[in-house]
Amino acid sequence: MKKTRKLMRTRGAAVVSVVTALGLLTACGGESGGTGGGTKDGKTTITMGLFGVMGIKESGILDEYQKQHPNVIIKADIAGDEQTYYTALQTHMTANSGLKDIQGIEIGRAKELLDTRADRFVDLSKLPGTDHFLPWKQSQVTGKDGKVIGVGTDTGPLAVCYRKDYFEQAGLPTDREAVAELWAGDWKKYVEVGKQFKAGYKGGKVAYMDASSGLFNAMIYGDSQQFYDKSGELIYQDNPTITGAWDLASEAAASGLSAKLRQFQAGWDPGLANGTFATAVCPAWMLAHISEKAGPKNSGKWDVAKAPKGASWGGSFLGVMEKSPVKEEAKKLVAWLTAPEQQARIFESLGNFPSSQEALTAPEVVNMKSEYFSGAPIGQIFAAAAEDMPKEQVLGPKDGTIKDIFSQALSLIESSGKSADEAWQTAGERIDKAVG
Amino acid sequence: MASHTSSAPPPAADKNAGPGADRRAGLLHRLDVRGAPYAFVVPFFAVFAAFSFYPLVYTAWISLHDVDLATMDIMEWVAFDNYTDLLTDERFWNALLNTVTIGVFSTVPQLLMALGLAHLLNYRLRGSTFFRVAALTPYATSVGAAALVFTMLFERDFGMINWALGAVGFGEIDWENHKWAAQLAISSIVIWRWTGYNALLYLAAMQAIPRDRFEAAAIDGASRWQQFLKVTIPGIRPTIVFTIVLSTIGATQLFGEPLIFGQGPNGISGGADNQYQTLGLLLYEEGWKFYHMGRAATVAWVMFMLLIIVFVLQRLLSRWRSARTS
Repeated sequence: MKKTRKLMRTRGAAVVSVVTALGLLTACGGESGGTGGGTKDGKTTITMGLFGVMGIKESGILDEYQKQHPNVIIKADIAGDEQTYYTALQTHMTANSGLKDIQGIEIGRAKELLDTRADRFVDLSKLPGTDHFLPWKQSQVTGKDGKVIGVGTDTGPLAVCYRKDYFEQAGLPTDREAVAELWAGDWKKYVEVGKQFKAGYKGGKVAYMDASSGLFNAMIYGDSQQFYDKSGELIYQDNPTITGAWDLASEAAASGLSAKLRQFQAGWDPGLANGTFATAVCPAWMLAHISEKAGPKNSGKWDVAKAPKGASWGGSFLGVMEKSPVKEEAKKLVAWLTAPEQQARIFESLGNFPSSQEALTAPEVVNMKSEYFSGAPIGQIFAAAAEDMPKEQVLGPKDGTIKDIFSQALSLIESSGKSADEAWQTAGERIDKAVG
Repeated sequence: MASHTSSAPPPAADKNAGPGADRRAGLLHRLDVRGAPYAFVVPFFAVFAAFSFYPLVYTAWISLHDVDLATMDIMEWVAFDNYTDLLTDERFWNALLNTVTIGVFSTVPQLLMALGLAHLLNYRLRGSTFFRVAALTPYATSVGAAALVFTMLFERDFGMINWALGAVGFGEIDWENHKWAAQLAISSIVIWRWTGYNALLYLAAMQAIPRDRFEAAAIDGASRWQQFLKVTIPGIRPTIVFTIVLSTIGATQLFGEPLIFGQGPNGISGGADNQYQTLGLLLYEEGWKFYHMGRAATVAWVMFMLLIIVFVLQRLLSRWRSARTS
C-alpha cells in the first residue's frame, strides 16, 4: 500500500514536471505587439522611448503638457546609453513589436533608419507648426521621396572653450573677442595658436587641447558632406573636408599639442578637474559636463570663444511610429515638444541647444550668459555657429562608427607612435570592415 | 527495480477490476518506473532547449548568412564565406593571440598563488574563518565594479599605480596604450577576482587528504616542501585539473574586464590598436558595434569549436598518458 501511494505521488510529480516544461516552451510564443499607447475611458496614453538627457522629461515640459491636456497620459521610458537604446530599437523595428508611439532618433542613426526603416515611421512633412527649424536640421531626416521621419529637438553648435588663466600665462590674449579673432575663419590658425601656446607656456604640464579627435570632429561637422555623398557612396578618401581635417588633426596629434585624452572616457574628467589642457572644442551640450567635472574651484577660469567655423556636433529627433494607435495625438505632442518656446525652455534649464531657428531669437536664448564660463554670452555664440552651417547636410548610415574609427586612428598617432600614413591606412581597413 | 515490478501485488484499488484493467495497471506501473526519471529531467531539458540549444542552432544558421541587425528579416545566404573571411582576417588571429596571452598571464599566476594561499590557510591559524572569508571577498565583487576600480588605478595621468611608480622613481606608464602593459593590467583584474575562489577549492581538497599520509611522510623524514610536493599536490590533482578546465573556459570567454578597462569605443575594439581585443570583444564589435550579425555569429561558433578542440586534445593527451603509465 505504501509503495502504491509513493508511486502515485511520483506519477503526480512527473505529470506536474512535464506540464511545467510544456508551459515553459509555450510561454515564449506569446505575442506582445502593441505600443502601450491607446485611448481608454476618454483618456489617451502616449508612450515615448528616449535616451540620454534629451531634456524633454528633465526640463518638466512633459508634465506641463499633461497639465494642459488632462486627458493625456504620457509614459516616457528613458535609456541612459544611446548605443543600448539603438540596439533595442533595431530589434524592435525588425520584429515590428515593442515599439513606443514616439521614438527618439540620434543624428548618427538618422540616415540608417531613413534607409532601412522609413516605413515604420509616420511622415511628418505636413505636420502643422513645424516650419520653424534651421534649414539643415530637417534635411537630415528627409528621405529622397520627401518623407520626413522626425522633428528636431536639440542640436550641437560648436565653440571653443578655453582657460583664460593659461592663455594669459602663455602670453596670449584672454578676451573672448580677441581670442576668436586669433583663429577666425580657419582651423589651421587654431593649430598655429596652439604652437604659440606651447612655446609660450612655461607653467608645467599643460597641453593646448584635450584631444586631436575633437579638432577633427569640429572640422568635419561644419561641411555639407562628410563620409558619404548624397547617393550613399563612401567618399571620405577623396573628400577634401575629411582629408583636410585629417591632415591638420594628425599634425596636431604628432606635434604634441594634445593631452592625448579621449573625450568622455577615463582620464578626461580628472583632466578637466586638474586643468591639464587649455582648450577644448565644445558643443553646446558639453558645457554642463565641463562645469560639473572641472568643479567650482575652476569657476570663472574658463571662457567660450567663437569657433573658426560654424559646425554642429550631435543632436536628436522625435519620430512617430506608423504602428501607433494614437498617431494624431502623438503628432500633436511632438510638434508641441519641439516648438520654439519649449526648445528655448530646455536650453534655459539644461543647455541643450535649440534646433528651431525661431528659438534662436527668443529672449531666453539671446540673453543667456554662463556664469561659470566668465559670463560668456553662450546663447549668442552658439546661435551664430548654428546660423553659420551649410543649408543641407548629407549624413551616412555608419557615420557614428566611422567617426569613432577616425578618433581611434588619431589616438594611434598620439599615443602609439604610429605615423599619419599608417594610421590613415588602418582607419581605411577598419572602415571597410565596418561597412562591408 | 525490474524484479520488483514483476513480483509486486496489483494495487488495491484495481482488485475488483477485470484482467484487462490489471494489464493496463501493470503497463502504467512500468511506465511509471521507467518513465518517471525522464519526466523529472524534462523541465531542465525544456529550458535547455529553449535557451541554449535553439540559440546555438539559430546562431549557426545566422552565421551562414549576411545579416544586418537593422534588417534582421533580410538574410542573404553566403554559405561558409563568413568563416573563410574570419580565418583570413588579421583581427581574428590578433584577437585569438590576445586571448591566449591574457589567458596565460591571468591563469598561471592565479592558480599558483591560489595553491600557495590554500597551503597557508591549511595550517592551524588563529581566526582561520576570517582569512577564508577574506580570500573569497573579491569573488563576490561584480566584474563591473572591480574592473572600474582597476581602470582608475591604472589611469595614466592621475592613477594610483603611476603615482606609486613615480614616487619610487619610475616614469609613468601609459597602461592602456601599451600592448603588454594593458594585457597585464587586465590580467591583474582577473587574478584579483579569482585567486581566492580557487584557493578555497584547493583548501577543501587538501583537507580531504588523510592526516596519516603526512605523518607517514614525516616519519620517513620528508621536509615540509617535500610533503607539499609529494603528498599534497598528488592528493588534490583532480581539483587542480578541474580549476584548470574552469579557468581555461573563463579565459576563452574573457570579455567584461577588457570592455570596461578600455571604456567606450576603445573598450569594444580592445584599444585603439586592438592591442587587447579578445575573441569575446571581437564578437561584440562585429555584432553590437558594426551590427553584422552573421559575422558575429561566426565568431561565436569559432570560439565554441576552439573550446571543443582544446578539450578533445586534452582528453587525448590524458588518455595517452594513462595508457603510458599502466
